[in-house]
Amino acid sequence: MSNILRVQELSKSYRSGSRDLTVLYDVSFSIPGGSTCAVVGPSGSGKTTLLGLCAGLDHPSRGSVHLNDTQMDLLDEDARALLRNQHVGFVFQNFQLIPTLTALENVMVPLELRGESRADLPAQAWLDRVGLGDRMDHYPVQLSGGEQQRVALARAFINQPKILFADEPTGNLDDETSHKIVELLFELNKEIGTALVLVTHNLELAQLTQRIIRLRNGKIVSDELNQGQDN
Amino acid sequence: MNSKKSHFTITDPWIWKMAWRDGRHHWQRLFLFLLSIVMGTAALVAIQSMSDNLKRDIDEQAKTLLGADLVISSRQPFSSEVESFIDSLGGKQSREITFASMIYFKKNNGTRLIQVKSVEGAFPYYGALETVPSDAAGSFRQGGRALVDHGLMLQFGAEVGDTITLGSHSFVIEGRLQKVPGESAATQLVSPPVYISMRDLESTNLMKRGSRVVHRVYFKFDEKVDMDVLSEEIKPRLRAYQLGYETVESRKANLGKVFGDLYRYLNLVGFIALLLGCLGVASAVHVFINQKIPTIAVLRCIGARAKDTFAIHLIQVLCIAMLGAFLGAAAGSAIQIFLPGLLKEFIPVEVNPYVSWNAILRGLTISLSMALLFALLPLISIRKVSPLHTLRSTVSENNSRDIWRGVILVLIVAVVSIFSGMQIGRWSYGIGFTAAMAVVFGLIILIAKLMMRLVKTSFPRSWSYVWRQALANLYRPHNQTVMLMLSIGLGTFLIVSLYLTQDTLIKQIAIADSGKQPNLVFFDIQTDQQEEAEQMVRSMGAPVIQKVPIVTMRVAAIKGLTMEEIRKDSNSTVPRWVQEFRCTYRDTLTNTETILSGHWGRPVVGQDSILISVEKGMAENLNVSVGDTIVFDVQGVMMTTIVGSIREVNWRRVQPNFFVVFPTGVLESAPQFWVLVTRVTSAEMSASLQQAMVKRFPNISAVDLALILRTVDAILEKISFVIRFMALFSIGTGFVVLIGAILTSRFQRIQESVLLRTLGAVRKQIARIMGIEYLWLGSFAALSGCVLALLGSWALAFFVFDTPYDPVIMPVAVVFILIVGLTVFLGMFITRDISRKPPLEVLRKET
Repeated sequence: MSNILRVQELSKSYRSGSRDLTVLYDVSFSIPGGSTCAVVGPSGSGKTTLLGLCAGLDHPSRGSVHLNDTQMDLLDEDARALLRNQHVGFVFQNFQLIPTLTALENVMVPLELRGESRADLPAQAWLDRVGLGDRMDHYPVQLSGGEQQRVALARAFINQPKILFADEPTGNLDDETSHKIVELLFELNKEIGTALVLVTHNLELAQLTQRIIRLRNGKIVSDELNQGQDN
Repeated sequence: MNSKKSHFTITDPWIWKMAWRDGRHHWQRLFLFLLSIVMGTAALVAIQSMSDNLKRDIDEQAKTLLGADLVISSRQPFSSEVESFIDSLGGKQSREITFASMIYFKKNNGTRLIQVKSVEGAFPYYGALETVPSDAAGSFRQGGRALVDHGLMLQFGAEVGDTITLGSHSFVIEGRLQKVPGESAATQLVSPPVYISMRDLESTNLMKRGSRVVHRVYFKFDEKVDMDVLSEEIKPRLRAYQLGYETVESRKANLGKVFGDLYRYLNLVGFIALLLGCLGVASAVHVFINQKIPTIAVLRCIGARAKDTFAIHLIQVLCIAMLGAFLGAAAGSAIQIFLPGLLKEFIPVEVNPYVSWNAILRGLTISLSMALLFALLPLISIRKVSPLHTLRSTVSENNSRDIWRGVILVLIVAVVSIFSGMQIGRWSYGIGFTAAMAVVFGLIILIAKLMMRLVKTSFPRSWSYVWRQALANLYRPHNQTVMLMLSIGLGTFLIVSLYLTQDTLIKQIAIADSGKQPNLVFFDIQTDQQEEAEQMVRSMGAPVIQKVPIVTMRVAAIKGLTMEEIRKDSNSTVPRWVQEFRCTYRDTLTNTETILSGHWGRPVVGQDSILISVEKGMAENLNVSVGDTIVFDVQGVMMTTIVGSIREVNWRRVQPNFFVVFPTGVLESAPQFWVLVTRVTSAEMSASLQQAMVKRFPNISAVDLALILRTVDAILEKISFVIRFMALFSIGTGFVVLIGAILTSRFQRIQESVLLRTLGAVRKQIARIMGIEYLWLGSFAALSGCVLALLGSWALAFFVFDTPYDPVIMPVAVVFILIVGLTVFLGMFITRDISRKPPLEVLRKET
């Protein structure tokens, strides 16, 4: 299977006062299409920075990121946004639903950004699929954390992305709700054939993926296939 | 699923749909923005509507402004040649002779300088003399009766039927004069009119030689007569006879000019309100964008372009701006209904408010374009919002220079210059106004930055934690110190400037009534009355400060050219009003005069002529210098004079000053009258002296400077009320800006407060920290505004009014305390929840 994401010698530095602070050193790896992978590591290890760079949310200081064979760092902001809209889905720890839109409208947005005229029909179908068919007209503030994350999942999958980045998707949920969300996430992933990159502290969650990349102090300290999962 | 579209434009329905979806339940976030525009637009539309109304009403009631189709006037009795010319004009004619004199109320011995108007014929032909009882307007013409100004009757407690004396003739008051066509109540306040019949004029014995009399003929022509053609035809002869004239059109033009100046000033006050409102717009949009960063970041994350997110929010701002502008235009149109009531004493026509579409369109154009430009300043930062905000709560901002920011700033300067130029009526003034505002803005920003530096580097470390925390808040990252200083400082500057300017104007006149300056002037004293009049003044314990002879004359020729030739010369710079002069003769300079060129009283070498001294400004008007000749017609006798010296005169000193002074030994035998200047120490002394003088010499008039001062004070009070009413918009908008600026930093304060309370700070400490911060901010901002206003009003006094500057500090101090108090109150009120409620409750509510 060809690689949907290729990361080569990726480094990221920030200016901190009068000196440069490097948070990611020469990171390289590839993610095959349809595979699942977890990026784990302690706080400050560079996980979120890596996710931001892989998704084209930030510029690397050095190295390159190829997403669906397109070198992201050569694109401008708008071209990267377009690429994300076509190939990338996101699930965030704090759900990141647009508070002023209803659940249905939140799910419709990615399709509408593509210019789809009847985005409501697939959005309704996706909300039904995540079990929120009866809460379509509710605003995020009227939904529980678990429900908000389901809406986020529907929004992430509605584009049928080739890769989905999930940043601590269960970080703000209780155990029972977490379990249900994780189940749904992996189920949809399998159904759509999307590659899944999971950034988490939660080793139990990481164990559900096929591959685990461990980061420490901005460097990859291990990149192993997870024996417990099918390839 | 296929991708159908990769980008949107602002006309794309989805962008509008998103703008609607996103804004439908949260429009209140832009409430301050809406309020700023409403207030600014309302001020603009109200003033412009009132101005349009007045123009329309002046047009519609034009003929009542003059009461006739044509008025011809002269300071001399009409010669037989002029009478023939007047007869030849035909139409209905009515005569009026007007002059200043003293009225004497028999009932209470009251006296006052008034304007006697003796009429003959059916004047006014258009409009009416409004009297109580109404038939008095006709019956007073039968003789022995007078119409007396309503205000004057109130002042002296006079009633219809009482007796008054004018000169040596007594009259029964026939009616109260409520309104004269074309004259405003304010004109009547300065010089109240008393109408008598022409047939009684002779018996008053007030028409002495040298009296300042105006003879008028009012004409009413057949409707078929084209007044433009007629006035063009008769103009040369009117000039030849040195007659003044006025048509309905020229009266309209003069009125338009007078009110144009007032409206331009009020327009500027309205424009300042809008400018402050635009600061509010920038502040409110800044708050709005800060709140929307997470949403914008999510949209960017899932594929929206920077332009798309910008367009969505631009549409929201545009819609609110339009809503605000329309609401403001409606409010302005409603307010203007009440404005004429405030100005009615100055307006000589009846103003009937109507909806001025011109004012609405103009107000909408100005406010929308300015609001949009000011909103764009914070709005363009949307383009720089990073999608990384979805992953991190703090993201280092992209600090690269944005060329659009510079473009918008240049556009703002250009638009403010153009619109202020439009409002004032002159482009150069618009640029000057913009430059002045830029200087004030710049100075307040500079003061704010200096204050922050001072607080950071200089406040004692030993102060209590509450003080240190409060003061540190002033220069913390993302502080709103500059914005708050700007809004409070600018508002204070405007309020105090308006007050101090008004005070300077009042004081300019009040100086005349202070210290040992003369304050009572008797004039029209005949030569044979002067010695007795002088004795009378001295016998009542008042000094004779000055006694001056005055000879009335006309200019006949300048530098060999007759006045007729000068008038015909289109290149001549001699003003048309240069005709009659009131000159004196003496052999010494007074202490108000300084010789600038030539020599006082010394003949020019080789010439044996009358050497006169001409005042500097008049010499410029007449285009004469030392050695030039001027021929005067001294009541029939031609007198050739040579300019011997040019003088500078301090006109502000209360004493008779003259454009032309003759040497002694020339005019002594010419018909003349005298002016006597004295000083009285009380209102009672002034009244007694005037009464005695009027009783003994009814032809002598008196000018009581204290009365003039009170009258001018009353007029200025009324005008300043209108200005203050308009300034209310600026002040109101200033508070909106202030609230916006406080709200901007609300979230930051919540986070700090929650942290401090978690660490054990009690509510009182949190409240004290915020209180001290607002107290400091309010004090510095209000102080900056007060100091700048003091500097500005000093500049006005020094450069414009040319008067000593002595500002009143107490009212400025009161404004300072009020502004500081209000800032602390608003700051504490808006953030009251933060210190009162439990930390978690606040956090849940705000996040």
